[in-house]
Amino acid sequence: MNYKLMRYVIGWLIIFESVFMCLPAMVAVIYREDAFFAFMLSIGIGMLFGVTLIWKKPQNKQMYAKEGFVIVGISWIVLSIFGAMPFLLSGTIPNVVDALFESVSGFTTTGATILGDIESVEKSVLFWRSFTHWIGGMGVLVFIMAVLPLAGGNNIYLMKAESTGPSISKLVPKMKTTALILYGMYFAMTILEMLVLLIAGAPFFDAVNISFSTAGTGGFAIKNDSLAGYSTTIQNIVTVFMILFGVNFNIYYLILCKKVVNALKNSELRVYLGILFGATLLVAINLQGMFGSFKADMQQSAFQVASVMTSTGFVTADYDLWPEFSKNILVLAMLIGACAGSTGGGIKVVRVMLLIKTLIKELDTSVHSRSIKKIKLNGRFIEHEVIRSVNVFMVAYMALFVVSMLILSLDHLDFVSNFTAVAAMINNTGPGLVAAGPIENFAGFSVLSKLVCIFDMLAGRLELFPLLILFAPSTWRK
Amino acid sequence: MKIIIAGCGKVGQELAEQLSKEGNEITIIDTRAKIVNELANRYDIMGIVGNGASHLTQAEAGIEKADLFIAVTGSDELNLLCCILAKKAGDCQTIARIRNPEYSREATYIKEELGLAMVINPEYAAAMEMARVLRFPSAIKIDTFAKGRIELLKFRIQEKSVLNNMTVMDISLKLHCDILVCAVERGEEVFIPRGNFVLQEKDVVNIIATPKNASGFFKKIGVVTNQVKDTMIVGGGDIAYYLAENLLQMGIRVKIVDKSRERCERLFELLPKAEVICGDASDQSMLREEGMERTASFVAVTNMDEENILLSMLAKKKTDAKVITKINNIAFNEVMGGLDLDTIICPKIVTAEYIVRFVRAMKNSIGSNVETLYRIIEDKAEALEFVIRKQSDVVDKPLEQLKIKKNIVVACIYRNRKVIIPRGYDSMQVGDSVIIVTTNTGLNDIDDIISR
Repeated sequence: MNYKLMRYVIGWLIIFESVFMCLPAMVAVIYREDAFFAFMLSIGIGMLFGVTLIWKKPQNKQMYAKEGFVIVGISWIVLSIFGAMPFLLSGTIPNVVDALFESVSGFTTTGATILGDIESVEKSVLFWRSFTHWIGGMGVLVFIMAVLPLAGGNNIYLMKAESTGPSISKLVPKMKTTALILYGMYFAMTILEMLVLLIAGAPFFDAVNISFSTAGTGGFAIKNDSLAGYSTTIQNIVTVFMILFGVNFNIYYLILCKKVVNALKNSELRVYLGILFGATLLVAINLQGMFGSFKADMQQSAFQVASVMTSTGFVTADYDLWPEFSKNILVLAMLIGACAGSTGGGIKVVRVMLLIKTLIKELDTSVHSRSIKKIKLNGRFIEHEVIRSVNVFMVAYMALFVVSMLILSLDHLDFVSNFTAVAAMINNTGPGLVAAGPIENFAGFSVLSKLVCIFDMLAGRLELFPLLILFAPSTWRK
Repeated sequence: MKIIIAGCGKVGQELAEQLSKEGNEITIIDTRAKIVNELANRYDIMGIVGNGASHLTQAEAGIEKADLFIAVTGSDELNLLCCILAKKAGDCQTIARIRNPEYSREATYIKEELGLAMVINPEYAAAMEMARVLRFPSAIKIDTFAKGRIELLKFRIQEKSVLNNMTVMDISLKLHCDILVCAVERGEEVFIPRGNFVLQEKDVVNIIATPKNASGFFKKIGVVTNQVKDTMIVGGGDIAYYLAENLLQMGIRVKIVDKSRERCERLFELLPKAEVICGDASDQSMLREEGMERTASFVAVTNMDEENILLSMLAKKKTDAKVITKINNIAFNEVMGGLDLDTIICPKIVTAEYIVRFVRAMKNSIGSNVETLYRIIEDKAEALEFVIRKQSDVVDKPLEQLKIKKNIVVACIYRNRKVIIPRGYDSMQVGDSVIIVTTNTGLNDIDDIISR
């Protein structure tokens, strides 16, 4: 294990986080809020730690898969701890575990909160919450790679561990350029959403926060009723952008390269949009005019399906009161999640596709034991390694799910609450059902449950392995 | 620069590593997914699985925007096809590796007819490198600048040499030689020597001089400078053939030893002047019988690296001959340095160096300033040739007044066909070719040599 390199990367990570915190500090100055001191103190502590850690440059910048996983795993824990400081120091969230929960929920783009009355919180703190979504969405290490020449050529392992999806590839030969392109598109789309929201009449502060939150597919809102209070136009705009941020960013790069046909042929994109549309339609029919007309039903249904499937977690209506069938569809969409290589969470559409294809293939081979079959996706044969990793991911996912549910059940909550709470955490969605429902918050959970939730959110965002590997003895053996 | 490399064999991997380290945007293509993925993880490059000669694959690799396409797959025909298609699809230069001697002989024709920028044959290139060393056996390696008018020579100080315990300054003062010692390797370390640097036995010294001055210098320190009289080549592959052909033309007697009778007969048909011996080189008494102990040079070019190393060590022990060892996979660089072998030549590295040099020249026309670059010691020191095209801080000032960075030496100035080994009062001028030797790798511009 290259500890020196790890120390160096984490040092830069803390410095970058401190720099990011300057933005909410500026917001605090604008609104003349006391939280300014909390931010300045956090920045000071962060800079102190960061500069100490990067003081000595590591000689050996060699990085392998193991280092990639471990650095990303630890980085995200450190990121969350430092990100929790403003909540704690400003007195918004006096409890350490709660502050950490809020911070993890922010960076992992979950959007589950422990705050009861959001509107009473200072604006700069609200801004920091939304901004953590934006930082965590595309991945902070990818950002560092875009700006800093980190570790020679091997930092693809960092990107592999931090980005989502079963097989990660670069857009262009150079890691740095790839990271720059990704963040460029991310940034441009965020700005675009802000502009559209402003034109639609949203107040400036709201537009900025909603955009950050949507871009990272996070779900922190700045109103107690999430997005329910905004106009239908604004809600529809957010629906569209949630769907857009749930798409693999490689597709946008293809479009930028004027390969629109190739982009539209992508089977994951088609299935993703298909599921979104199908689920919206089914839910809208099932709502049976709950919102007055079929059109209103469709609009509500589309928002909620998009919100849950892209793992954003905004709400416009308490879907806990919706018919049972609709709730089931929403939970299923939550589990499937967004596209690989997007900012969204969940199992990912492409993994579900591969799992189904594997299932069909296995059924075929069990009938014709001599038949040779290979799995194809987007016109390419998928290597066995990828299939294996998807299968193992699924097993690990289920194992984590079961264990988390068991621990959560100690809180004496009902099964639906526990199940959907865990699902909302691992898939980084935010709200679940009943006690974990859209109008509830997680303040009532026990400390143990909150810690489990924190672990699940991080594991879910990093797609399990970078976090699980930290607990494998062989990782630390010399 | 955007470069596509088709084929990830030995040369392809070497190229991917070196060119990506120099900051080019590399995309590799190979049909073997495993190797492609491995390389894409190891270096900052992009990998594409597919056939390099397929247009779709080339398009995926971004052939439209590529500056250079290098085809180094295992098959000559495939390489040519790759290049033809690449040339058609994108506006790029193409380089093909062609190793079949039959095509190789027609390399110039192929190159011109198909519009290739460069055709390279690794075996031929390696053989030429060997021939160059045999022409000047005291040197381990010879590189040339300014179209051969300046040479960079590498040699090892022998026991009882006059250079032993001599300071670098004394070379010009006592020996009256107009040469410059630009780098000294001692063990694993590399020094850019100052005037008071004391040379020691077994140091590997790099000097820069004109060919004439270099041979004068070697005469004065009592080293044979004439080309070898005869040579014994063990292993009868393509390298042996190219080398023998070249040596025979220079009037050097050649003896080739190979196990296979068929190959021996074929070699004899091709090289009637050479003495071809069919025998197993691991049989020492046979080698002795064939005059190994009396040979002036010994070249081990069998297919097995281990055999080559052992044969060379044997030759080194039993004879005074100049020994050249061919090694295909230099993976144990550090160990090999301790073996006291004379010259080690690795075809894949020679090939990669040729191509890298071409890439640099191409880049040069785009922006960067380096004309030629040689690695003196892998990753530790390099010699760069710059052409000064415009006025700058370093121009027209005596060298002693320039604040030149540590570990950089201005080794040579080439002006109007005149070679100047610069002293403190000399200055660089616009239009000069200047050779810089440095242990700070990554110089891009002549202005980078001064500290600010």
